[in-house]
Amino acid sequence: MAAMLQSVRVASASFHLPDQCSKLPAFSVCSLPVIRSERSSSLDPIHGTRSTRKVITKAVAAQAENPAAAASKPGHELLLFEALREGLEEEMDRDPRVCVMGEDVGHYGGSYKVTKGLAEKYGDLRVLDTPIAENSFTGMAVGAAMTGLRPIVEGMNMGFLLLAFNQISDNCGMLHYTSGGQFTIPTVIRGPGGVGRQLGAEHSQRLESYFQSIPGIQMVACSTPYNAKGLMKAAIRSENPVVLFEHVLLYNLKERIPDEEYVLSLEEAEMVRPGEHVTILTYSRMRYHVMQAAKTLVNKGYDPEVIDIRSLKPFDLYTIGNSVKKTHRVLIVEECMRTGGIGASLTAAINENFHDYLDAPIVCLSSQDVPTPYAGTLEEWTVVQPAQIVAAVEQLCR
Amino acid sequence: MAQLTQRAATFQRTLSAAVSSTRCLSTASTSPISVETSLPFTGHKIDPPSRSVETTPQELLSFFRDMALMRRMEIAADSLYKAKLIRGFCHLYDGQEAVAVGMEAAITKKDCIITAYRDHCIFLGRGGTLLESFAELMGRKDGCSKGKGGSMHFYKKEGGFYGGHGIVGAQVPLGCGLAFAQKYSKDENVTFAMYGDGAANQGQLFEALNMAALWDLPAILICENNHYGMGTAEWRAAKSPAYYKRGDYVPGLKVDGMDALAVKQACKFAKEHALKNGPIILEMDTYRYHGHSMSDPGSTYRTRDEISGVRQERDPIERIRKLILSHDLATEKELKDTEKEVRKEVDEAIAQAKESPLPDPSELFTNVYVKGLGVEAFGADRKELRAVLP
Repeated sequence: MAAMLQSVRVASASFHLPDQCSKLPAFSVCSLPVIRSERSSSLDPIHGTRSTRKVITKAVAAQAENPAAAASKPGHELLLFEALREGLEEEMDRDPRVCVMGEDVGHYGGSYKVTKGLAEKYGDLRVLDTPIAENSFTGMAVGAAMTGLRPIVEGMNMGFLLLAFNQISDNCGMLHYTSGGQFTIPTVIRGPGGVGRQLGAEHSQRLESYFQSIPGIQMVACSTPYNAKGLMKAAIRSENPVVLFEHVLLYNLKERIPDEEYVLSLEEAEMVRPGEHVTILTYSRMRYHVMQAAKTLVNKGYDPEVIDIRSLKPFDLYTIGNSVKKTHRVLIVEECMRTGGIGASLTAAINENFHDYLDAPIVCLSSQDVPTPYAGTLEEWTVVQPAQIVAAVEQLCR
Repeated sequence: MAQLTQRAATFQRTLSAAVSSTRCLSTASTSPISVETSLPFTGHKIDPPSRSVETTPQELLSFFRDMALMRRMEIAADSLYKAKLIRGFCHLYDGQEAVAVGMEAAITKKDCIITAYRDHCIFLGRGGTLLESFAELMGRKDGCSKGKGGSMHFYKKEGGFYGGHGIVGAQVPLGCGLAFAQKYSKDENVTFAMYGDGAANQGQLFEALNMAALWDLPAILICENNHYGMGTAEWRAAKSPAYYKRGDYVPGLKVDGMDALAVKQACKFAKEHALKNGPIILEMDTYRYHGHSMSDPGSTYRTRDEISGVRQERDPIERIRKLILSHDLATEKELKDTEKEVRKEVDEAIAQAKESPLPDPSELFTNVYVKGLGVEAFGADRKELRAVLP
């Protein structure tokens, strides 16, 4: 069965399972084509040649696998927080309605230096230092967005945005709907989250799980300088409220990114490493744990396919689905909590849509359901480690 | 009562000779009349404006008509709710009309207003139609929010009305955001962020006030103090019920919210202040005849005598009626005719709204996101109502 399915190359958006359709309910896989725009047109091509480049994004560092990369300009190396800043600056140059607000974003330059130098360039009103009042400055951003401004709210740590949950959920997410479409809220809410180096329980929160059921918002998680800049730009240009999850430990990653302008798609996942045996779905920092485990796995003879899902809401079921159809085994590695996390929703989504393609139950590795302890060893155990990923893949592929 | 007749006599004495003698409402003159407000303003860290308000016969007659329309709409909504055509929460504004009408007289449609859930009459004041109101209340397609918002989510973008919010106090930071955007675009307009005495104890209000004062945002915070936060009287909820003083470093003004002219004067004053000096708080001393919402009888925490007492002595429509009659701007009969007209208008709008269809099932999935996504959304049973998120 698997072989037969594998031979049916699922290249485009038409899947045909003649016999299966009849016994499954209407929404099943056979009629799945996630109706989405063509990749090239859904992106915002600045230059005509850019679109092919964005389809297969390279993983980490300068691995010139992509022939187009060799032909283009050399690009420049920078750290992830600099990439975010570049994206932000380009968008602020492009559109005078884009403004930033948050704690210490202006004169201080941002607690993670993402907004360094911007206040000197654009002035205090466009890069606004707010008092420590998350609830109200997030509300202010939403109010400003209702009139047409495009504010970017920085939470100094994602965990602090819990104080603004009402504003994010009711006003940010729902105003477009409850006003019957009269108002759009093009805000970007961004900030670092995730487990850092012994920052303690309250400063190591992962809010993806709390925000994921809010209707009306989009969530993306960046993991490399390349996708950080692209997602930042896409989020700012989007008419929807977008929550951009960054990770405290990834800010100093270095990568060479193109000189030309590029914008990524908010709803697409990134193929990090194509493979045949197992699909590993991950995002944010766990991508690096997975890649580390992948090295070990390759040495052991496995061929994992690693996908950085990037879009946490909505899931890119197209890319994920294609991968599942190919490998028939899924491992989800995430930093979210076990209960009610992104992995839980993703497991449900894959099970519902691709059940027939699975040869084994989906395995989901998540952080433990505990407040993150301070002690270094305990903190390590809260989060998924490469050794556990290797063990899970071996178990799955048995 | 005696005081009012005394005042009427005073008005007659100060009556300018230029008052028009025409009686027809539609051709009322625009020659100025000077009227004194019922009470002087009380200021906090600011010199209050003068008690003497400039108005015109046309304005007074339009006040009367608008307030009568608002009153009639709210009473009609009451009956519709009892007939189960309006469901859920319905917060009525009758008694407080003077605030809505007085404020509109002082500002333009480019200024922004944002308020909480008692928003039907403010919506009308901002240019909303009766049909849009009733249709939205009944959950029909022709409602201002396509039937998807309900009583607490009236919005009118072209009229500068930003809603319509259900969570107490959450609209105040939004209002400061509107003011921020106005300052950002340098367009010399102001924002009126309205909230009630109950919301005055919300932390986010003080956070927003701090930021508005810090950056000199053109925000005017209007506390519609109807003395009851749902069922809790103000003295039981606030240590300091002098809401106009609670801004501390932000100046405040206490206004008689049942006097439309006082409201107009205060709002005009506040707009000038906000454009130059930053935020100001206006406390409108007002009263609601209905309970907090339709599920609250409104008599368990206050006496019927209190309600009827206010209705007799301070009713905003009666005050304008007496002003009009004492200045000979219209006869008793003409005013009654206006009220009949207004009643007819409301009835017609209700009939039209009842004809309006319910929203299409596909509307469940529209306006969740703005264009750009191509993801499917499923209905509860996963078989019907599939739609591509637009």
